[in-house]
Amino acid sequence: MYGRKVKLRFLFIFLILITLILTVFLILKSLEENVVYFQSPSEIKVLSELENKKIRVGGMVKKSSILIKADEVKFIITDFKNEINVSYSGAIPNLFEEGKGVVAEGFLKDRNFFSATKILAKHDENYMPPEVKEALGN
Amino acid sequence: MLLSVIGHYSLVAGLCVGLIIIFFSIKNFQISEHLDAKILSFTFLQFILVSLSFLCLVFSFVFSDFSNETVFNNSHTTKPLFYKISGTWGNHEGSLLLWLLVLTLFIFLFLVKTKKQPVKYKILTLLFQQIIIIGFFIFLIQTSNPFNYIYPTPEEGLGLNPILQDPALAIHPPILYLGYVGSSIIFSSALAATCLNIVSKKWASHIKKWVLISWIFLTLGILLGSIWAYYELGWGGFWFWDPVENVSLMPWLALTTLLHCILVLEKKQILTSWVIILSISTFTLSMCGTFLVRSGILNSVHTFANDPGRGLFILVFLFSLILISLFVFFFFHKSTQNELNNFSWLSKETSIIINNWFMMYFLSVVLIGTVYPIFLDVLSSQKISVGPPFYHKLIIPFLIPFLLAMAIGPKLKWVKSNLEDKFSLILLLIISVLISFFILKIFEANFLINTILISSAAYLFFITFRDFFIKKFNNISQNIAHFGFSLLILSILFNSLFSSEIITNLKVGETFEDLNTKIILKSIEQKEEKNFKSIIANFNIENSKGIIENLSPELRIYNQPNIVTSEADIKTTMMSDKFIVINVVQNQDYFNVRYQVKPFMLWIWLSVLLISFGGLLSLFKKNYE
Repeated sequence: MYGRKVKLRFLFIFLILITLILTVFLILKSLEENVVYFQSPSEIKVLSELENKKIRVGGMVKKSSILIKADEVKFIITDFKNEINVSYSGAIPNLFEEGKGVVAEGFLKDRNFFSATKILAKHDENYMPPEVKEALGN
Repeated sequence: MLLSVIGHYSLVAGLCVGLIIIFFSIKNFQISEHLDAKILSFTFLQFILVSLSFLCLVFSFVFSDFSNETVFNNSHTTKPLFYKISGTWGNHEGSLLLWLLVLTLFIFLFLVKTKKQPVKYKILTLLFQQIIIIGFFIFLIQTSNPFNYIYPTPEEGLGLNPILQDPALAIHPPILYLGYVGSSIIFSSALAATCLNIVSKKWASHIKKWVLISWIFLTLGILLGSIWAYYELGWGGFWFWDPVENVSLMPWLALTTLLHCILVLEKKQILTSWVIILSISTFTLSMCGTFLVRSGILNSVHTFANDPGRGLFILVFLFSLILISLFVFFFFHKSTQNELNNFSWLSKETSIIINNWFMMYFLSVVLIGTVYPIFLDVLSSQKISVGPPFYHKLIIPFLIPFLLAMAIGPKLKWVKSNLEDKFSLILLLIISVLISFFILKIFEANFLINTILISSAAYLFFITFRDFFIKKFNNISQNIAHFGFSLLILSILFNSLFSSEIITNLKVGETFEDLNTKIILKSIEQKEEKNFKSIIANFNIENSKGIIENLSPELRIYNQPNIVTSEADIKTTMMSDKFIVINVVQNQDYFNVRYQVKPFMLWIWLSVLLISFGGLLSLFKKNYE
């Protein structure tokens, strides 16, 4: 009925459509699972329920709150309205300082306690992550 | 002062020359027996003007002329000469001037080197390229002039971010830009060829050289950035799926795809539309990268200033380029009718199409992972980030068929073929499965997906390795590149499976001990350098076999700007890297120590070099089968 060419072309378009659908489906699904949300200490205070999902918390490192032991670093992240205790064992970036902006990634234990798995590095002393700027601004 | 004036006015003159070129090319296009000599000289003049302007900026940096705002913001008298020069392109304005320089250089080379193509095609390519060049001229002069003047002249500059003061990063931007900008030539010439309807085998073999050149530079540029991130950022990894890395990976993926399907076009005159779409999207992705990085949307070292005006300009410019190219594509492109004639499932072109398919999938994963957070932020002001798990989950499983197709594909012939020596192919497959199974068994890292993945990578490895000996070197460049890729995947896999890491806080004299390793922080010493103070920590590291190694990572406290950086100490051997980096938190006695053993790190770099070397060989070869 149809020539070989037409058949091939249909097959080709069909395959492209299938791959497109599959791709979109796969990507959306893993986005849902692997996305990390950013929250400020104030936002955490008003969370209705605590999920066991990885999040990022950002704000300022509170003055004279850093406490270092052999296997652990403890500090407080504040957005000048609320604060949250963070415990962390891992590598510390160069620009991690009291009174400077910080973003920590990890899991919430409860509304006052955050267990970080990673502290994000900044590259520039004047630079403030936009998220942190906004968290502090509001 | 004088330098700034010369630099600024040669930019303005360059813009005017651009307009003159456009005028002459339109005139020349109507009566087109031969290329007007004026056009060539004006293109050369434009290149000279931009070079002059660039040199003025370089010398402003060398002489620390702080009346120039760019120099003031990014330089300092105590900086070593090498970094004064590299500081020229280590900032927003200078790096754009470099873009422009490479743009004008490439179009000039293109006009000189292209001989056998129709004159109309050359003129049209020049026209499209001039549109891009003029866009960049206006962008530079309007929103980010590198020759802005400050009065009164400051005594001292603000200095260059110390983590940029590094040899690898000093040459990273020029190399990467050669790759990015090379794709602009492909873009212009694809549009020109579409307009004249000469997208043919002849055109393909002519543009293939340009594709190869920009591909090689892009590959090397990414490699340099990655090496730098490895030893300078102190995380001990080579790829973080950071948006800034992703925007350089996306054009690379598109370019690699283009590189492969242009071979199909060259041999069989099919896939014409696909080649054009890829040429357009490669350049668009390069521009997108520039837009995302320069506009301050992505946060990284590359974000020099958050000026919304710049971002807006690039965005408008980008959209008009996309509109022009879409217009050209839909109005001028006539698909050739002999497509899909004598098409067979088992042929080289099918395998290339399959690999293109996977490449496009990888590209869309990276694209969505990079832009989705930006869109979500704009639409719902929700802040999210997409991390490595997302990319790993979506990309790793699909590497398996990708690698297998890469192993089998080159064995097939064009048009129609049977697989020859099936027996040895199957034998090699069995061998690689067995080997990877035993490796994982011995090291007790037995996961199904890893076994399959290592098998397929090892399969590609063995097949390409064998071909070095049995083929009569007629396809050596492709074989080297594929061999390098298999080596890359294998090294990355072993690296991620068998890396180990210890993170601890130590005071001077203290010891950390676990089952396999003993880390002693013996002593620290201080040194004064020209523009920084350094604290060097001496470590003794003893492994389970009792072998002691001395490693001395360093902390640098730069005076201008006042920044602390960590210099990792890395012991590289053929088999593994030992990587140690320290950090200190203000007013505390503890040093934060990060010690990693990373197998096959060196091989990751070497295999990427091998891949680009394959490209280089192909560039110098006349005929390709």
